[in-house]
Amino acid sequence: MQQVLKSTTSASSRLAAAGLRIISGAARGIDTAAHRGAMQQGKTLAVLGCGVDVAYPPENARLLRVIAETGAGQHGVATATVAAMMGMECEIYMGKEDTIRQALNVYRMKLLGAKVHPVTTGTATLKDAVSEAFREWTSRIDDTHYVLGSVMGPYPFPEIVRDFQAVIGREIKAQMLKKEGRLPDVVMACVGGGSNAIGAFYDFIPDKSVRLIGCEAAGRGVDTLETAATITTGKPGIFHGMKSYFCQDENGQIAPVYSISAGLDYPGIGPEHAYLHDIGRVEYVAVTDGEAVEAFEALSRAEGIIPAIESAHAVAHAMKIAPQMTKDTLMVINLSGRGDKDCAAIARYRGEELYE
Amino acid sequence: MSNIKKAFADGKAFIPFITCGDPSLEVTEQIVYAMVRAGADLIELGIPFSDPTAEGPVIQEANIRSLAAGTTKEKIFDMVRRIRKTVVIPMVFMTYANVVFSYGSERFLKTCREIGIDGLILPDIPFEEKDEFDETCKACGVDLISLIAPTSSDRISRIARQADGFVYCVSSLGVTGVRSEITTDIGAMVALVKKEKDIPCAVGFGISTPEQAKKVAAYADGVIVGSAIVKLCAKYGKKCVPYIEEYVKGMKDSIK
Repeated sequence: MQQVLKSTTSASSRLAAAGLRIISGAARGIDTAAHRGAMQQGKTLAVLGCGVDVAYPPENARLLRVIAETGAGQHGVATATVAAMMGMECEIYMGKEDTIRQALNVYRMKLLGAKVHPVTTGTATLKDAVSEAFREWTSRIDDTHYVLGSVMGPYPFPEIVRDFQAVIGREIKAQMLKKEGRLPDVVMACVGGGSNAIGAFYDFIPDKSVRLIGCEAAGRGVDTLETAATITTGKPGIFHGMKSYFCQDENGQIAPVYSISAGLDYPGIGPEHAYLHDIGRVEYVAVTDGEAVEAFEALSRAEGIIPAIESAHAVAHAMKIAPQMTKDTLMVINLSGRGDKDCAAIARYRGEELYE
Repeated sequence: MSNIKKAFADGKAFIPFITCGDPSLEVTEQIVYAMVRAGADLIELGIPFSDPTAEGPVIQEANIRSLAAGTTKEKIFDMVRRIRKTVVIPMVFMTYANVVFSYGSERFLKTCREIGIDGLILPDIPFEEKDEFDETCKACGVDLISLIAPTSSDRISRIARQADGFVYCVSSLGVTGVRSEITTDIGAMVALVKKEKDIPCAVGFGISTPEQAKKVAAYADGVIVGSAIVKLCAKYGKKCVPYIEEYVKGMKDSIK
């Protein structure tokens, strides 16, 4: 244990020296070691990986393990990274279907020391990964924390995740004011559960001049059953610990949704988005697989930036509405992830088989 | 006295669960009659849901089979109407929030009262969120059954004070399904409830053998068994009725 603490202190010291801000849980042991190392070089920031009503670390709480669900695998990789750094066990629940289309991220999680459970129930996608993580957490709650990956699920998860993600919008605002001297006209982001979107939007909600647009996954089209556009096609419901909009049939059975994007392939949306839709503060639009793939390719060629297929949904809508806007319009697209993970799947979509 | 309390009036209650429509509603109806013959004191009827987050693999699969067979709420209501012509013991629905909410909670609960359903168990609605359904349940005379788990600790007293019908004590952590042993101090959980309110306590999750039932019944007013019965449906399909009758009889005898 002393060896681990020592190497953590030294590793985090080196990272801080390299200009990175060290983020760790304000706990004892390895976290303290991480903070200590970082403080030798610069700033450190404490993040509590739990709800405000959970006192951690009381002497008797032994959070040894984290579990998380993941769709595209981005949240799984992030959780596995933190767990590796903090010396915690990490188990990730991921739909079997998603482990195939996001194989690169599965490998990254394993590389970071996490155990990946392919979930075979239901549609074997994100919805089922969430259900399975819930089930697992109820069976082992004493030493395990559930790191929920979106602004969804039961209270207080939507608030915890939103507050962490809100750094995105604060950063957009600060940089925009610095560079342009005014607020942007449009901020847009893709929406599955909606974490990157609420993060980008949250600081702009009181700024009525800023148009906020959430881009949902229409899959093969909102008039087909193969869609995941919750606001466009869903109805109010109660599921996964939240009351929000859900894609469901006339009997209240949750619909087996579909999108090319594993991260947006979810039948619900965070409850705060449902509220922002109802009060008319945020517009929600649906973008098809085909439009997203075109945007994925267009941004890669035009800017040399390969966007995640999730984020490409926002890029696609931007490409659609930008021609109708004036030259001086300031539009922000939240590129919430990189698309390396999607290359094989997009190649398959275009009829090309890649051997990585 | 609510109808549910009658189940606990004559010794320890045996409470079997069945997923409606697995393998068909015709078979479910026959299972209910068989359970009554075998001495069941209260019956839990599961309305299938696409994503039953509190269930282990056995009941998850039963939900899938039932939905694939075309089971709907309306068909289940019709089955209950037929059953109520002869069966008088209390019956409750066990399902998930969206099944009730999407139908319209008031419409659902009024139908429950009309067809003779005495209570409702929604495992995905915690005590803190029960206002969504509680008022409508009370207005319709349907008991919303509260669940307590080994982790409920200081919430047990609060939950008990507002509990109706009976308190569903979850025997151990995790989802439904057969367990080889139950290690929770059931007696302590039940004592915490009884300190607050004189209400029957029934224990469920993981109980499958007469020995386990006997052990648990020593501390509680009733024993709930689901997965072990649903397993018989999975194994014997349409021919499961006599096997379930024999099983329920054995379990009831063990807690007499």
